Amino acid sequence: MAMMTYLEAIRKGIEEEMARDENVVIFGEDVGGVKGGVFGVTKGLAEQFGDHRCFNTPLTEGEIGGLAVGLGLVGYRAIGEFQFADYILPAVNQLISEASRMRYRTKGDWTAPIVYRAPYGGGVRGGLYHSQSTEKVLFGQPGLRIVTPSSPHDAKGLIKAAIRSDDPVLFYEHKRLYRLLKEEVSDDDYVVPLDKANVVREGEDITVIGYGMVLNHALKAAETLSKEGYEAEVVDVRSLYPLDKETLVKAAKKTGKVLLVTEDNLEGSIMSEISAIIAEEALFDLDAPIKRLAGPDSPSMPYAIALEREFLVNEEKVTNAMRELAEF
Amino acid sequence: MKKLEESGLTKQEIIQAYRHILMGRRLDERLWQLTRIGKTSFNISGQGHEVGQVAMAMAFQPEKDYFLPYYRDMTACMVWGMTAKDIMLGSLGKEDDPSSHGRQMPNHYGSKEHNIVSHSSTVSTQFPLATGVAYGAQLKKQDYVTLTATGEGSANQGEVQEAMNFAGVKKLPLIFVIENNGYAISVGTDEQYANETMAERGPAYGFPGKRVNGNDFVETYLAFKEVVERARSGKGPALIELMVSRLTSHSADDDHTVYRSKEDIENLKKNDGLLFFEKQLIDEGYLTREEMTDIDTELKKEINKATDEAEEMPEPTADTILDHVYAEK
Repeated sequence: MAMMTYLEAIRKGIEEEMARDENVVIFGEDVGGVKGGVFGVTKGLAEQFGDHRCFNTPLTEGEIGGLAVGLGLVGYRAIGEFQFADYILPAVNQLISEASRMRYRTKGDWTAPIVYRAPYGGGVRGGLYHSQSTEKVLFGQPGLRIVTPSSPHDAKGLIKAAIRSDDPVLFYEHKRLYRLLKEEVSDDDYVVPLDKANVVREGEDITVIGYGMVLNHALKAAETLSKEGYEAEVVDVRSLYPLDKETLVKAAKKTGKVLLVTEDNLEGSIMSEISAIIAEEALFDLDAPIKRLAGPDSPSMPYAIALEREFLVNEEKVTNAMRELAEF
Repeated sequence: MKKLEESGLTKQEIIQAYRHILMGRRLDERLWQLTRIGKTSFNISGQGHEVGQVAMAMAFQPEKDYFLPYYRDMTACMVWGMTAKDIMLGSLGKEDDPSSHGRQMPNHYGSKEHNIVSHSSTVSTQFPLATGVAYGAQLKKQDYVTLTATGEGSANQGEVQEAMNFAGVKKLPLIFVIENNGYAISVGTDEQYANETMAERGPAYGFPGKRVNGNDFVETYLAFKEVVERARSGKGPALIELMVSRLTSHSADDDHTVYRSKEDIENLKKNDGLLFFEKQLIDEGYLTREEMTDIDTELKKEINKATDEAEEMPEPTADTILDHVYAEK
């Protein structure tokens, strides 16, 4: 066991997999050389594994997307880093038209095991283009998996599972969590499944479903509410696509009161789909309308401090929403 | 036109090239017939590209080199190893179609067995993929060369520039081809690019670029031979702009008489590379007209057999709709 931040856990997971399998390669903008990424996730990997396995690309996200697919076709396990999840947009054609369809359109003759890493999320004064939750852009593309860890333990196990997976996996990393979270992480060679949500806290009164920064708000809010006599079941979605419907529906049925929290805009987020699933599968077990807590429907998160705060779901907003639902 | 003997190829190889070229033409004609009578829903044609494609493909070693084609590359894919039956299975959407097992529209060629990578319809997405395949050779110091192709309209996609730039930076063993037939569906080159040639994009990214006459078998073959050897010896990528003609409409869903004059269409037929190649074969003593007729008869029989056999094969069944979405269900 070692104390590790969320960021260090991701790096550790990548390092272990690169040591374990010489076919694992990693690249992106500023990823190679001595810098090792703008956040430092890949720091030291070029020195440890050589400049051929950890390297810089030009500023070409479409190329990063397709380079990973091409390497996958000839037996490598490529990890392509998009410097910010906001910058993934030029690569969407490669991710949807190529990565997510290669296996299906050849009935498994050609496959592309890939991990696309992308730091997402706000609260870092990143303005419109360094704060977004772009996972919904790629959500609902069968063939592509989307996962995101919400703790250092999961960060290491999930990145390792993503690298070993034979599917293309979009790995979203919450950039606010990079250095905020620190916990004991096992030195063991463990993996966290790519297709399972995680019940992080058990409770009988309300169910809160979220991922990333807002999940950590929900966990703190749950402690506050516990003192007030309400016990919350808190579920980390973790597998954003395909969703782990079984775990989500079970948790919804358990308390009959569901709060869905996302840092994304209210409309058209992944929570909208989770809401539809719960409505279809658990309506007669519900004791209150499904409630969503999200950012406003403004185009991304503005820079000015008052505007950023207004956009962000914070611990107070989550606590209030949970209390309101508990009292319903 | 360069003399066929200047290619350095044997008589047998030249005759084999002719068989490939003529097969490309006859098989495509059959695919149009099948489309017209409703046995298949679509065809997109490489008529007018065949001589250039065969000369291009013969400069590679298909048993180890990779090919990431586009939808007009049927003839080149057949040099790489695909058969008339393989093509027919794809056009008819059969389960055993090696390109996509009936999942994709016709003419989206691919074959794992023959190192031909499946492609999408969102044009030129294969270019970044080709850089990955080529980088794979560098990583393990393997000596295969990768070929990828697209049309002159599709060559304006951003991903083409991204891929060529990366290939230049990494000196990848990769040959880029732009098959320039002068038309992107209905739009001529004057609305596609402003430069004199597309070949100049090669030097812009730090590697050779050359325009070649795709109707001249030997010129094309020698141009490719040079850049393939260069790439295989670690000297990096190259771009070839292959000048060809589109003798047909863009696809079975297009009618080129709407935007091409009768005169233009007649001129195209007179400048058909197949006719030039046949004339060369006769003039330079490789084949007689009678021998060509015999080859034609033989190929038509092969195409008939391939059509009949493919038609007998089963189609994908509805219960396979969710197969191979993910590695495990």
